[in-house]
Amino acid sequence: MAQISFRGVRKSYGALQVIHGVSAEVADGEFVVIVGPSGCGKSTLLRMVAGLETISAGEISIGGRVVNRLEPKDRDIAMVFQNYALYPHMTVYDNMAYGLKIRGLAKADIDARVKRAAEILELGSFLERRPRQLSGGQRQRVAMGRAIVREPAAFLFDEPLSNLDAKLRVQMRAELQALHRRLGTTSLYVTHDQVEAMTLAHRMIVMNAGRAEQIGAPLEVYATPATTFVAGFIGSPPMNLIPAQRGGREVLLGVRPEHLEPCAAGDAMLTVDIDLVEPLGSDTLVYGHLAAASGAGARVAVRLHESVDARTGRLSVRYDPAKVHYFDPQSGQRIAT
Amino acid sequence: MVENRPWLTLLSHAVLLGGVAVVAFPLYITFVASTLSLDDIVKVPMPLLPGPHFWENYSQVLTAGSQRGAAAPVGQMMLNSLIMALVIAVGKIAISIVASFAIVYFRFPLRNFFFWMIFVTLMLPVEVRIIPTFKVVSDLGMLNSYVGLTLPLIASATATFLFRQFFMTIPDELAEAARIDGAGPMRFFVDVLLPLSSTSIAALFVIQFIYGWNQYLWPLLITTDESMYTAVIGIKRMITGGDALTEWHLVMATAMLALLPPALVVVLMQKWFVKGLVETEK
Repeated sequence: MAQISFRGVRKSYGALQVIHGVSAEVADGEFVVIVGPSGCGKSTLLRMVAGLETISAGEISIGGRVVNRLEPKDRDIAMVFQNYALYPHMTVYDNMAYGLKIRGLAKADIDARVKRAAEILELGSFLERRPRQLSGGQRQRVAMGRAIVREPAAFLFDEPLSNLDAKLRVQMRAELQALHRRLGTTSLYVTHDQVEAMTLAHRMIVMNAGRAEQIGAPLEVYATPATTFVAGFIGSPPMNLIPAQRGGREVLLGVRPEHLEPCAAGDAMLTVDIDLVEPLGSDTLVYGHLAAASGAGARVAVRLHESVDARTGRLSVRYDPAKVHYFDPQSGQRIAT
Repeated sequence: MVENRPWLTLLSHAVLLGGVAVVAFPLYITFVASTLSLDDIVKVPMPLLPGPHFWENYSQVLTAGSQRGAAAPVGQMMLNSLIMALVIAVGKIAISIVASFAIVYFRFPLRNFFFWMIFVTLMLPVEVRIIPTFKVVSDLGMLNSYVGLTLPLIASATATFLFRQFFMTIPDELAEAARIDGAGPMRFFVDVLLPLSSTSIAALFVIQFIYGWNQYLWPLLITTDESMYTAVIGIKRMITGGDALTEWHLVMATAMLALLPPALVVVLMQKWFVKGLVETEK
C-alpha cells in the first residue's frame, strides 16, 4: 500500500520531448486513471513508474521512496499489459508463481498465494492449462492474478481491456472495480477509452500531448472541463464549441449535447440545420451546423430524449445559461464564470 | 485444394510415384551393389536384385575397411563423422543463440555493426575462406584433430540470423514482464527464451547435423591420418585411382552406412523439424 507522486516528470528521446513536466499525486488505495488520445504520453508515464523507461527529469516516488534509479523489481509494483504478456510455455499456475519463485518464497507460501488469487479470479479449474488454451478474458484474469500474488504496493494497468471484445470489456470493468474494492491496492490505470476512465476512476488525469490537462474526479472533470481539449475528449458526442461574443471579447461557448433542448422557433437560442440523425433508441443524436447568428457554420450535436422524424430540416434549440462553459479561443483555457 | 476429380488424383499420384522412383532408384542400386561381390558388380549388366554378400561386405567395411584403398575400418570413420556433426550442430546452436540474445536484447555500442559483420559472413562459405582458415588451423597445430575438424565450422551467420528473427517476433512485453517479475537477463534467457526456442533449436539441429555430416572439402584438407577420416572422406579414399581395381561393393556398403545417420536424424526429428519451421507459439 502506498501513494505515488509525480513531481515535474519529463521524458525526452534525444531532442524530442514527449512528456513536459507532469506533477500529480495518487493517494494510498486510490484508483487513478490516466486517459488521453494515442500518442499523448500516457503509456510512457506509466512505464516510467514501472521502471521500463528512464525518467529524463523530475521525480517519481512510490510510498515516499524516490524510485528514479531503482530497477523494476525493486519498486514493489506489478503491471498488467495490454497483450497480457503471459509466458506461453508455462501453465497458469507457473505464470502466477514465477515472480514469487524468483523472489525465493517458500513453496508452501507460493502455493497459498496462487491458490488464493485463483480463487478470487475464479481461475481454480484452469491452473494446469497453458495460456493459449484460454480465452481472452481468462488470459486477462491470469495476468491480473500474476499481479495480485505479488501483493505489491501498487498495480499498474496498461490498457488491459483493449484486446477484449465490447461485451467482455464491460464485464471485466465490473470485475476490476470489485477487485479494487476487495484489495484496496493503489492502482494506476492507462486507457484511451473515456468510458473506462469515467467508470473506473476515483480520479482521472486527462493527458494531451505530454501534459496533464486536468486532474480530478470524473464527474468534476465532466462538469467543469479545464480546457477545450478536455471538453472535447470527455463526453460522447463531445461538447459543442461555438464561437461567440461575451463581454465584448471573443470566446468559445461550450455546451454539452444533452443540455440543448428543442423549443419553439421564437425562443431559439441556436438554430441548427440538420445534417444527420442517429436514433439510438433511448436517445436521438442530431448532428448539424449552426444556421445563423454568430458562429454560423459551427458543427453542433444535440442529444434529444424523444425521437424526431425529420432527417433534414431545421431544429431550434435553447440551453440553460447556467450549464454552459466559456473558453479562451487562443489558449483553450476555461474562463471562470 | 480439395477437389474430387479421379483423373487428376490418378495423374498427381503418377507424377509423385515417378518422382519417388527417380530419387529412390540410385539408392536402390547402391544397396544392391553393396550386397554383391566385386565380380558381380563389374559384370555388364549389373544384377538388379540383392546378392548374398550383405553380412560379409558390411562386416568387412565396419571392422577392417577396404584392402586396396584406405584401410581404416568404417566404424571408426562413422564415429569421427558423428563427433564432427554433433559438435558442429551443438556448437553452432549454442554460439548463435547467445549471440542473437545479445544482439536483440542488449543495447551496446556498435550493436548493429556487429550484427552486420556476422551477417556479411553469410556471403563467405567455407570454400571461399578455406585457404586462410587452413593456414590458421595448421599454424595452431590442429591438423588431424577433432578441434581442427569442428572449430572453424562452428561460427554460423545463418543460425544467428534465424534466432535473431525469432527473438524479434517475441513481444517486448514478455521481457518487460520478466523484468518486473524480477528475472535478470540470464534468468530470462534460460526460463523464457530457451523453452520458447526449443522447436527452432530442433529444426536447426537437423539442418546443422546434416551440414556437419556431409562436410567434404574441409575434412579432406586437414585429415591425413586414417584414424581421423570421416565417413565421407573414407568413401573418397576407397576409390583408388590408376590401375588398382576399386572395391565397389565395399564403397557402396560404406555409402549406405554413411547415409544412415542423417536419414535417422531427419526421420526421428521430423515432427520437431516441421514444427520449428512453421509453428509460432507466442
